[in-house]
Amino acid sequence: MTEPAEVLDCRGQRCPLPVINLARRLPELPVGAVVRVLADDPAAAVDIPAWCRMRGQEFVAAHPHQGPAYDVRRAG
Amino acid sequence: MVVSISTDGKGVTDGRRLLDHDGPDRLGVTVRPHPGDLAATGTIALAFVSKRSERAIRPGDGSPVYLDAATAAPLHPVARQALLAALDDGWADPAKLYGQARRARQLLDAAREAAAQTLGVRADELSFTPSGTAAAHAAVLGGLAGRRRVGARLVHSAIEHSAVLHAAERHVAAGGDAVSVPVDRLGRLDLDAWAAALAGPGVALAALIGASHEVGTVQPVPAAAEFCAEAGVPLYVDAAQLVGRAPLPAGWSVLTGSAHKWGGPPGVGLLVVRKSTRWESPYPADERESGRTPGVVNLPAVVAAAASLRAAAADAAAETARLAPLVDRIRARVATEVPDVEVVGDPVDRLPHLVTFSCLYVDGEALLHALDRRGFAVSSGSSCTSSTLRPSHVLEAMGVLSHGNVRVSLHRETTEADVERFLAELPGIVADLRAEAGVVEL
Repeated sequence: MTEPAEVLDCRGQRCPLPVINLARRLPELPVGAVVRVLADDPAAAVDIPAWCRMRGQEFVAAHPHQGPAYDVRRAG
Repeated sequence: MVVSISTDGKGVTDGRRLLDHDGPDRLGVTVRPHPGDLAATGTIALAFVSKRSERAIRPGDGSPVYLDAATAAPLHPVARQALLAALDDGWADPAKLYGQARRARQLLDAAREAAAQTLGVRADELSFTPSGTAAAHAAVLGGLAGRRRVGARLVHSAIEHSAVLHAAERHVAAGGDAVSVPVDRLGRLDLDAWAAALAGPGVALAALIGASHEVGTVQPVPAAAEFCAEAGVPLYVDAAQLVGRAPLPAGWSVLTGSAHKWGGPPGVGLLVVRKSTRWESPYPADERESGRTPGVVNLPAVVAAAASLRAAAADAAAETARLAPLVDRIRARVATEVPDVEVVGDPVDRLPHLVTFSCLYVDGEALLHALDRRGFAVSSGSSCTSSTLRPSHVLEAMGVLSHGNVRVSLHRETTEADVERFLAELPGIVADLRAEAGVVEL
């Protein structure tokens, strides 16, 4: 598993807040860096990969049993 | 809307002539007295509804625009007239052996005959149920019960209506087995996975929604049915969004519908079980409705459902020709005029009246409330709008954005002006919500 450069704790936040926080933070990281989003709203499992697709970012992995957590790499 | 009614007496009906006044420019409901009274009173109530409805002139901005027909279509004027006409004789138990019961029986038979004829099935294959949900439960659990000797596995698409999925959960909780078959990004069934699931051992029943009630994608039912036929597995099709709107696909053994989706009253479902299908009632014994669904039917509502089904089906091709371009317009204009929006569902193989899109960074509940304040009634698959706080399983299965989701569904009273007003106001409403949330530059 790629070690994330940063962990964004969005637990307790309802969608779209985890996606908004990811969208705010990711452009501040260097290209290639991975951020791990912790989000327990079930919609995050759908919306974080969908956001990556819409924004051309790389969805690396979901960890349903740790957080749940979603790893996203800044692609550009 | 032009509705003309003539009444020259009290009491109603044998219902056999319920639907025989169609003409090139009108749909009719004729309610006649019981044959024994016929010589005395003749036709006692007529209701004609112009096919070319003259829509009421709306006052300007702010008048309500109802765009949630996929949940419940506004009551069709034929349904209203038939309901009122059937109230007087629809209270008796059709199974009893006296005059009032015989009149009720005639109404029920006429309604069944009309509905069966409209769907192109035999009258004895069709039962009226207390709702579309009850019909879906009976279709799944009865289809599984009828083939329990073969096995206990249900194969279904990942995008079935929750009524089907809840019946599947019940089946699994009772020791059965269910296999969910995925869909692609457009919400279309994965036919290879479907074929593989059907080739497995012990498949008792397959369930495939005819067209998605959430995103509008029409499913490849004929192709799916061929795989079912090869495997010898009966296919149940939930046709709630097709009945009264589009031709039914071929190849199914069990089919269900729901009257309030086509402009009938709420509280009437259809369950069709084809001859030679092994199906066994999942309920305690009850002889009514061919033993398929227990309890006395709501006869006035059933009559209204059958009458409006025939009226809706007669207009379906014209309505498709009118509504499909309006949906095309919504799909195109939302995609170009609202930034960061994902219009979902198949752009071509889709229902004529339904379109779904998701707005990035927008809270679905806030969007619904904002639209409601401007007079627009729409639905949403976003988690914040559901009682379970989970996103729509359909959007989830497709892998499309689930927040900020809006489903718009049109009906026979929807005008081009309604759609234009919606399209004119939506971009500003979304922009305001994004500004409030501080997400405009993201």
